[in-house]
Amino acid sequence: MSERIFGIHGAALELRSQRMGVIASNIANAATPGYKARDVDFDKALEARLAAGQGSVPSFGEPDLLYRRAVMPSLDGNTVELGREQVAFAENALKYSASLSFVEGKVNTITRALKGE
Amino acid sequence: MSNPTLFSLTESAMSAQLVRMNAATSNLANAGSVSTTKEEAYRPIRAVFQTALDEASGVSTVSSTQLVRSNANPIERYDPANALANEEGNVFEAPIDESAEMIEIMESARQYQNMVQALQTAKQLMLETLRSK
Repeated sequence: MSERIFGIHGAALELRSQRMGVIASNIANAATPGYKARDVDFDKALEARLAAGQGSVPSFGEPDLLYRRAVMPSLDGNTVELGREQVAFAENALKYSASLSFVEGKVNTITRALKGE
Repeated sequence: MSNPTLFSLTESAMSAQLVRMNAATSNLANAGSVSTTKEEAYRPIRAVFQTALDEASGVSTVSSTQLVRSNANPIERYDPANALANEEGNVFEAPIDESAEMIEIMESARQYQNMVQALQTAKQLMLETLRSK
């Protein structure tokens, strides 16, 4: 039911929230030797999530989490580049907001229909 | 720690940076300290960070597992007037690079700020989600 009401936006919102955790992990590990920055292929993850349908546990499996290719890896093996992570985080936050407003719009529509205004 | 959230992630990162900053500050405080023997001289300490991945959520927390002492040799200096000088009139000075320690503190502060900023943004979004009707 909720899948039909919210369409792609419910799943997108969940995935955005999880991606936020992954990027925040990169920011947190900016000084950890040997840490490899990771990110999610959002399109693929969303497709998989939609294909799996409702009732499945929404989480990333190993294949969804990819390693970021560093422009210049540092000597200690860390591949976190703060600039890129900040941009990715900002982009993800903005798109989360977008998904959230779509979901809110849907909820408003349904509420108004129920109230019969 | 089971099932790390964004909050526990930020907390772990902030604690780790705090340990790192304290280590660098201790080094800075001991710059110029001297001792009678080579073994007793202060050697700079560094925090070692370690990451822990939670497979289910993809969140990697960070912790400062240990402090390592640098094996740099203390600087032997001829200073017979010093109360701590040995028979030959030498003292051993702590091998500390003040600029490197200052940069370490600055870098740590930047990363700390970054994490706080990220948490603020995430918290804002969570609140917006909570308040939506």
